[in-house]
Parts: sequence; C-alpha cells; structure tokens
Amino acid sequence: MFRPLEPVSPTTKTALGVGFFVLFVAAWSVATLGGFVSKTFLADPLTMLADGWALLTRFGFLHDIGMTIWRVVGGFVLAALFAVPLGVAMGAYKPIEALFEPFVSFARYLPASAFIPLLILWAGIGELQKLLVIFIGSFFQLVLMVAVAVGQTRRDLVEAAYTLGSSDAGVVRRVLIPANAPEIAEILRLVLGWAWTYVIVAELIGSSAGIGHMIIDSQSLLATGQMIFGIIVIGIIGLISDFLFKAINAKLFPWRLA
Amino acid sequence: MKKLVIQDVSRTFPGHRGGAPVRALQPTTLEVETNDFITILGPSGCGKSTLLRIVAGLDHPTSGTVTMDGREITRPGPDRGMVFQSYTLFPWLTVEQNIMFGLAERGRPPAEQKDVAASFIERMGLKGFEHHWPKQLSGGMQQRTAIARALANDPDMLLLDEPFGALDNQTRALMQELLLGIWERDRKTVLFVTHDIEEAIFLANRCIVMSARPGRIKADIAIDLPHPRHYTLKTSPAFSELKARLTEEIRAEAVLAAAH
Repeated sequence: MFRPLEPVSPTTKTALGVGFFVLFVAAWSVATLGGFVSKTFLADPLTMLADGWALLTRFGFLHDIGMTIWRVVGGFVLAALFAVPLGVAMGAYKPIEALFEPFVSFARYLPASAFIPLLILWAGIGELQKLLVIFIGSFFQLVLMVAVAVGQTRRDLVEAAYTLGSSDAGVVRRVLIPANAPEIAEILRLVLGWAWTYVIVAELIGSSAGIGHMIIDSQSLLATGQMIFGIIVIGIIGLISDFLFKAINAKLFPWRLA
Repeated sequence: MKKLVIQDVSRTFPGHRGGAPVRALQPTTLEVETNDFITILGPSGCGKSTLLRIVAGLDHPTSGTVTMDGREITRPGPDRGMVFQSYTLFPWLTVEQNIMFGLAERGRPPAEQKDVAASFIERMGLKGFEHHWPKQLSGGMQQRTAIARALANDPDMLLLDEPFGALDNQTRALMQELLLGIWERDRKTVLFVTHDIEEAIFLANRCIVMSARPGRIKADIAIDLPHPRHYTLKTSPAFSELKARLTEEIRAEAVLAAAH
C-alpha cells in the first residue's frame, strides 16, 4: 500500500534498500562500461574493484584505513570526553549555559577545515594535528546538542525526583543524565558521521598515510578507480559504525524500545 | 493536631511580555488536621494545583507562609509525597526501581529498598509487573506505581494533583477505592486536588471548594460519611445530597470561569 505513514514489511524494506544500491551500480556500469563517460574521469566498477584489490594486497591500504579510523576515533573520543560533561553542565545549570552558549554557538560555525593551515603551524603535520582537526570539528557541535537535549528534560520528572527527596546533584545524576543518555548516544552517532568528513580533509593536506592521503595520491596518477574505492571504503566504515552504534544503543537502553 | 497550616498564601504569576501579572490565588488560609483526608475541588484554572504545588515546595507563595509541624516549607522533600496528573514514572527504571527511587536517593540499604518495594508491589496489585518498564503499563498501573513510589518514602503527607484525571471512568473508580483503602489502613494526611465532584465526596472527610480565578476558598464542607466506604456509597441518599450541594457551588464557579 502506497499511502502516507503506511508501514512496510521487513522483506520489502530490505529488498527496496538493496534494490537502490543495485540500481546505482547498474547506472554507473552503463555510464562507464557503455562508454558514455571517459575512463580518465570515472573508472568503471570492475576497474574500481581491481584497483581496490591491488591497493589492499600490494600497497598496504589496510594500514591507511587503520590510521584513518584511529584518527577519527581518537579525536572524537577526546572531544566527547570533554564535550559531554560540559554539555550536561550547561543543560542543567543555566548560569553555565549563559556563560558558554554564545561562544560555543559562534565557535561551532568556525569550519574545522579552515583551521588546518593554522594547526599545521601550531602542531606540525603529525598525528596531534589530525586529532585536533577532529576535536575542533566535533567538540562544539557535541556541547551544544547535548546541552539542548539536557535542557529539554521533562520538568515533571525533575519535580517528581525532588518530591522523592533528590538533592540537586541527585537530580543531575539520577534524572538528567539517565533521561538523556539515549539522546546523547544518538548525538554521538550523528557527530561521529561528521567527524569522518573532517578526517579526510585533514588527510588531504600534509599527510603521509590515511584514506584521504591515498585519495589525493591517486589523483596525481589519475587513478579514479582507487579514488572511488577509497570513498566507498569510507562509506562502508560509516555504515558499519552506524550499525554498531545502533546495536549498542538498543542494548544499553532497552526501555526505549519497550 | 494541626499538621499543616496555610496562612494567607497567595500567588501571582508575572505577566508575559510586559502583560499584566496574573493572580492565580488570592490570600488563602487553611488548616489541616493530622491524618485528615482533604479534597480540593474547583474548576480548571482556580489555583488549586498552584496551592498544592506550594505545599509540595515546587512553587513559592507571593505572600503568606505554609508550615508543616511548625516548620516553614521552602522546598520539596520526601516528607511530602506527590502524585502528579501526568505520568511521571522514570521511563528508564522498572516498576520496582521506580518504587525504590526515593529510598535509594536517601541512601537506604538495598535490602530495605527491596523489601519496601516488594510490599508495595503486593499491595498495589503490581505483582508480575515489577520488572516492566513504565511504557509497558496501562495508565491505571502507572498511577498505582506512582502512588507506591510516593508512599515508599513513608511521607507524613500525601499530595495528589488530579492523579486519576487521565484515566477512564471504571479505572478511576477502582483507583479511588484503592487509595481510600490505603488511607483507611495507614491514616496519612492527604491533600487531593480534583475537579470531579463525586471523587471529591467519595474520598474526603472534608472538601474545600475553590472559586474561579483568582482562586480562593469558597466553601469548606465536612463529609461525614462513615468509613470504610464502599463504592455503593455513591448511590446513597446522603451522597446524592452532598453531590447536589457541591454541584451548585461548583456550577456557579464554572460559569464564571467559562466567561473569562
């Protein structure tokens, strides 16, 4: 039934989801193998796979993938470690929010990629610089989103806790945090996706390893197959991390799905 | 013995965007005896919930004082258990954990928390649901859990703000009997806010009728119906007489409130 908000059966859902991937690859194949697009600009799917295989087996691409994942996860965990407590504090205590909110709102619009030249000056082209790009890119977003989520906690739950004898600290610990934990996990999942964009940009400039570095290297060789393979690998890793996040959330917060 | 003294308490809410301030409650004085069951009856917006929230310590009076056992109330505390109209169980805690919440907050040993929760689960007919999430319960069960959660702290006073307002009629009647049964056994001081006349009579020893906004006490009526009360009481002549009288009192106010 094709009507607004009408649910779709699991089998149909999977079929449709996979179907579009197939359609996409088919269109790509027709365009490239059919000779409609020059090989110089766009490799066909088969070349892409062959190039990818060569990358993995002969050129140590797995090491690049490992480097990129470590940078994203490292920078992101660092950002989350500081951003989540600050966001919770801002959401819970209005003076803290009044102090930081305007600055954080401003800082969140500063594009992380624009900091790369500066960060190279400050931190060189080593790992610290990469981590800092991710950190700047995710920290302010996380703080603001967590603060908003915590600030929107149902007031009646907070009031109920007070009438049950909670202290102020108790309300933060036993109401504000657990009430928003699933929301915070969801925010982390979302912002991690953005962090992937920053890491690639960081690797395009002044880097000797990583998926982004491979892509920029391949550009000078006009190896579009390798470039596309790199991009697809990023997509697949994103998909896997998304799936893991969702699975962990479902496990951690069963009350949400009940 | 006086449990609670509400002395000249008024509440005025500041106006929005430079509008005129809204007076929700005119200076009100009310004395509540220990272990009395008082219902506060009034049309919507008569300030009855505001009054209850002030007693709970969730709101502050613009003027006047509220004292319980001679001590002024300034903030909420576990000595005054509250049940809200909206479902306020903590959705991330099970029924049992919700009931234990207050005891846990006050650092009671886990064994005691479990015991208290078990006894309330039994009394409230929640057996078999102790490990359910609030989401999985009906409205009536959620409010039974909320009452259990408030009582688990063994408060001096129980404050209820239209707790059965969102329930269907049959469930509501059962909940009234359950609550009355608890009161007849435990004799707590109870303040119960409602706009339902039958409910106000059936539960109370004393019914306070409030006027339309700005709220003030319009009538203070003793409900001398014998305990234990049975649901058949609702069809007795004495009950009907009280109901007719309160209907008159409240109707005039509802008309006024509707005209605003």
